[in-house]
Amino acid sequence: MSGDQGTGGRELTYLEAIAEALSVEMERDERVLVLGEDVGGTFGGAFKVTKGLAERFGDRRVMNTPIAELGFVGMANGMALMGLRPVVEVQFADFISTAFDSIVQFAATNHYRWGGAIPWVIRAPSDGGIRSGPFHSQNPEAWFVHTPGLKVVAPATPADAKGLLISAIRDDNPVIFFEAKPLYRSVRGPVPEGEYLVPIGDARIARRGSDVTIVTYGSQLHEALAAAERLAVDGIDTEVVDLRTLKPLDVDTVLDSVARTGRVLVVHSANRNAGVGAEVAARIAEEAFMWLDAPVTRLGGLDIPIPFSPPLEDAYRPDATKIEAAVRKLVAF
Amino acid sequence: MDADLRISLHAWMVLTRTFDDAMVSMWKQGRGLGGTFSQRGHEAISVGAGMALGPDDVVAPMHRDLGTYLVRGMSPERIFSNLLGKATGPSRGRDANLHGMGDLGLGIIGYISHIPQALPTTLGAAMAFRYRGERRVAMTFVGDGGTCSGGFHETLNMAALYRAPFVLVIENNQYAYSTPLHQQMAVSDLAARAASYGVAAERVDGNDVEAVYRAVSAAVERARNGEGPSAIEAVTMRMLGHAIHDGAEYVPAELLEEWAAKDPIERHRNVLLEDGVVDTVDLEKMREVAQQRIAEAIAEAEKAPYPDPATVTEGVYA
Ligand SMILES: Cc1ncc(C[n+]2csc(CCOP(=O)(O)OP(=O)(O)O)c2C)c(N)n1
Ligand SMILES: [Mg+2]
Repeated sequence: MSGDQGTGGRELTYLEAIAEALSVEMERDERVLVLGEDVGGTFGGAFKVTKGLAERFGDRRVMNTPIAELGFVGMANGMALMGLRPVVEVQFADFISTAFDSIVQFAATNHYRWGGAIPWVIRAPSDGGIRSGPFHSQNPEAWFVHTPGLKVVAPATPADAKGLLISAIRDDNPVIFFEAKPLYRSVRGPVPEGEYLVPIGDARIARRGSDVTIVTYGSQLHEALAAAERLAVDGIDTEVVDLRTLKPLDVDTVLDSVARTGRVLVVHSANRNAGVGAEVAARIAEEAFMWLDAPVTRLGGLDIPIPFSPPLEDAYRPDATKIEAAVRKLVAF
Repeated sequence: MDADLRISLHAWMVLTRTFDDAMVSMWKQGRGLGGTFSQRGHEAISVGAGMALGPDDVVAPMHRDLGTYLVRGMSPERIFSNLLGKATGPSRGRDANLHGMGDLGLGIIGYISHIPQALPTTLGAAMAFRYRGERRVAMTFVGDGGTCSGGFHETLNMAALYRAPFVLVIENNQYAYSTPLHQQMAVSDLAARAASYGVAAERVDGNDVEAVYRAVSAAVERARNGEGPSAIEAVTMRMLGHAIHDGAEYVPAELLEEWAAKDPIERHRNVLLEDGVVDTVDLEKMREVAQQRIAEAIAEAEKAPYPDPATVTEGVYA
């Protein structure tokens, strides 16, 4: 577990931190290249994360692809086998399903089957709350956490976004990098310059507390921290664990926190049913049962496609208010 | 072509453009919800193709086919309600903008984002008609970008193999989001892609509503008569950004100017005037009727209720 996000110095948005990680790695390592729909030219992707990269590194290293996810992720598999380090952007995480076979059948199993490493990264802009409807709001991380052979990361802060992306690019395995698109421009924070790495597989205590633990990741970290502030007013001292990596899971950090607080709420934007929170809750039940003072509780999206209309999407999604209420219930148990 | 039909094609294009212009200005004023797609420049395709279908046929429009929804009888207030996330839209606030606007009563299969899911689904509708021996046709649309996806090729292969009553309209509007045609594929003839699978294919001027109507009507007739599937490549230009937020700075201004001169509505208007089918008074009246119709639709959609959050889990299962 590492916790220091740095203070002082320059601040970047979450989006700028990702862009910086890409340029640091492309500068350092000729094997790193970027590909995906609309990532090249002067355009720089649907969210403009790769803007400027084509001008700086040329079309050879920043490739526009046709709308063919199964094909271009499969192509990244072959590039990776031949020693390149492709960083693939799927335009929205929702469209990652189109590439499913190339990811979960080929990339995920390859090293185990015959020793061929697939060191790619797929960047997947995920998450909702921004009125984008069922096909531009998804959090499909559980599909990939369920798949042996992949690594899955989901940073919540600019520093982690940079540090984890650099680690992902240097990792010799296929890594799916879920970017929380509601954070792109709304969150700003200190980000170390240059080659800053955050290790894959390390959770972070984002807030220290003694009464209750919230385990979360991605955009819900910010909701959890906001809820913790409100709870503090009433003397409820909340610890917040930011998982940062979803596979491999840093169970030790979670268990250590639960051992100290005895109460735990797991929160994510993805629907709750068979989500990452189910695995976290199961590990706590198996390995920290003796420390629990209340049932492990989960808060996630409802088990429905993500609706578009504001009152429906708000009903679907966890937020600070719902987290606060869930914690109060836990504390009162 | 019969004068009433020509007037009708024109009136639907005018209504479609009026809707589109009003939608774009609403979103610019901050009265929209989320994103939306302008179809400006695509009126001849969505209206011409939509009008070629019979009442029992089925269509799966894509995100630039506003005209097809209107022609099939989906009211402008229902469409605006969908755009605004209201309970009165066809998706009841569930799906965004022009997605999810399905209504089987109108023969419309709702759109899903994932390209090109509409193609195999529409082929399936055609196969159901063939299975039951019905003389019905299923039609869908795909962009130039969508022709690069595996599902396009899988669908056309099967459509030809099974001689399905299937019609595909390829909307070649020169761009897939920011990516011009020549960065998507090494060929430029999209009709040829379809022809290579044994699908009857031709290319038409996508800004000529009567040409689109004639080509698609012939394809629908072939399909209805058991003569197999067709693909019509309609060549046009996306006149605004990919979606409402996109300024499309990557599109050369000269290209837009060139295509602005070929505006499908302006062109058809001149043809109708030249042929004496209408006069300027008729056209002015048509424009006023459309504006009135769209203004009413917007007012109704804006005052329609949002869905009740208590119903959020309703409808997941049949
Ligand atoms: C599988 C998949 N990948 C990516 C997208 C995102 N996307 C939506 S529309 C679009 C461009 C479509 O281009 P084209 O097919 O030419 O249709 P046009 O928008 O030009 O009418 C893209 C990339 C998607 N909808 N589905
Ligand atoms: Mg296109």
